Amino acid sequence: MTKSEEAPLISARDLRKSFGHVEVLRGVTLDVGRGEVVAIIGPSGSGKTTLIRTLNALETIDDGEITVDGICLQRATGGRLEKLDRRRIRDARRELGMVFQRFNLFPHLTALGNVMCAPHSVNGTSRNECESHARTLLEQMGLADRADNYPHQLSGGQQQRVAIARALAMKPKAMLFDEVTSALDPELVGEVLKVMRDLAEQGMTMVIVTHEMRFAQRVADRIIVMDKGSIIESGSPEQIFTQPKETRTATFLHAVLHPDDM
Amino acid sequence: MPTFDELEAWLPRLLHGMVFTVQITVGAFVLAVVLGLVVAVLRLSPRRRLVYIPATIYVEVLRGTPLILQLFFAYFALPSAGLRLSPVVAAILGLGLNTSAYLSEVFRGAILGVDKGQWEASEALAMTWLGMMRHTILPQAFRSAIPPTGNYAISLFKDSALASTVSVSELLFTGQVIGSETFKYMQVYLVIGLLYLALSYPTSRAVLRLERRLDLSNRTPTPRRPRRDLAAANSGS
Repeated sequence: MTKSEEAPLISARDLRKSFGHVEVLRGVTLDVGRGEVVAIIGPSGSGKTTLIRTLNALETIDDGEITVDGICLQRATGGRLEKLDRRRIRDARRELGMVFQRFNLFPHLTALGNVMCAPHSVNGTSRNECESHARTLLEQMGLADRADNYPHQLSGGQQQRVAIARALAMKPKAMLFDEVTSALDPELVGEVLKVMRDLAEQGMTMVIVTHEMRFAQRVADRIIVMDKGSIIESGSPEQIFTQPKETRTATFLHAVLHPDDM
Repeated sequence: MPTFDELEAWLPRLLHGMVFTVQITVGAFVLAVVLGLVVAVLRLSPRRRLVYIPATIYVEVLRGTPLILQLFFAYFALPSAGLRLSPVVAAILGLGLNTSAYLSEVFRGAILGVDKGQWEASEALAMTWLGMMRHTILPQAFRSAIPPTGNYAISLFKDSALASTVSVSELLFTGQVIGSETFKYMQVYLVIGLLYLALSYPTSRAVLRLERRLDLSNRTPTPRRPRRDLAAANSGS
């Protein structure tokens, strides 16, 4: 872990989660340090998406504990979730921006409206202040001229960049990315990865669930490999990609990096 | 068809009755929308039983008993419980409560029909429940609720004729009076039918127009400098 003296920004202890009889998380422990970029990779159905969704309580847990910046977001023992104050959950969520696979932009609001909406309603920031901040963010995303467009008038890549700006507008301490390029046409993937790389370079703490292996290799400080609901391996990109300890990691990477080789 | 003289004699009275018809319809509709929205929200989650159960009973009772019985109850039965309502108020109350039960189901369906991703995005942005309703969920639910709500509004307009049974001298009631004076029922009822149509048809066209105007996929690209921008620039600083 980088910057090990400080307490981790996000800390997940021994998470367990089942959907019916299927155990999707089998005791997952994960710490994310401040400024750290963690990429979670693994075959589909390995629990990556469920894991990242528990980190901001979009998914509840059956067992374990999640703390974000010292705030307990959810805690459960033996399938019983402790009832936590909704305000505390919101406090924790305020520190975490989330970007989804399917963008989930608000269709009735313009790009600018999407970015302004939450800071205005949650933090009570004045309209003018929200708007100028939102315009700055859209500009950073290369979308200054798209501020007045509605989501359906934007390409997938543009929509996803608006979604990133929307999450950043809350000034989060960390960003969660859940397969954010999986729903994009291949030629639009690059523009989204670029703004993510910029964010990482600016020191944003990031948790990224992704299938883009080269991107993970370039941007992440640490790679986490999941399979069947457990973390099977965790290490630096060089180590994971060049000398994986687990055969399952090697098999998975080979399948993803050489799909025509099967 | 009625003669010109007959029309000239009837129309002022019929139009006077129509004023009551419109009054009752508008009053009951406003009541129904407000109550319907409240009941819909109370019934969003069956797990919140303390509000869900009473709200469900409200809906089932109002949908499961005849509207005319509810009107009679409001006008003839409530006085014996010490509540004496004027005919118009009783009609607005009866029709409004009845329609609110149906509208609450429309609204509930529209709210729950908003894509799950929209709720998650709002939650992930740390929005409060009220903030979500106001800024992200209801504006979308509102759009899908318009066509069925318009239908209920028109059917409420026609059902307002039932107010004649609690002695409101609305359009139908006035017509019956004229009919019993002149025995020209055929002509009177034809005129009344046309008068109802003269209001309900434009209303249904207006609902359709509203629906089209709010349809997001029809929305044309916005101009570079939208009006809101200019307004904000003028009012701010």
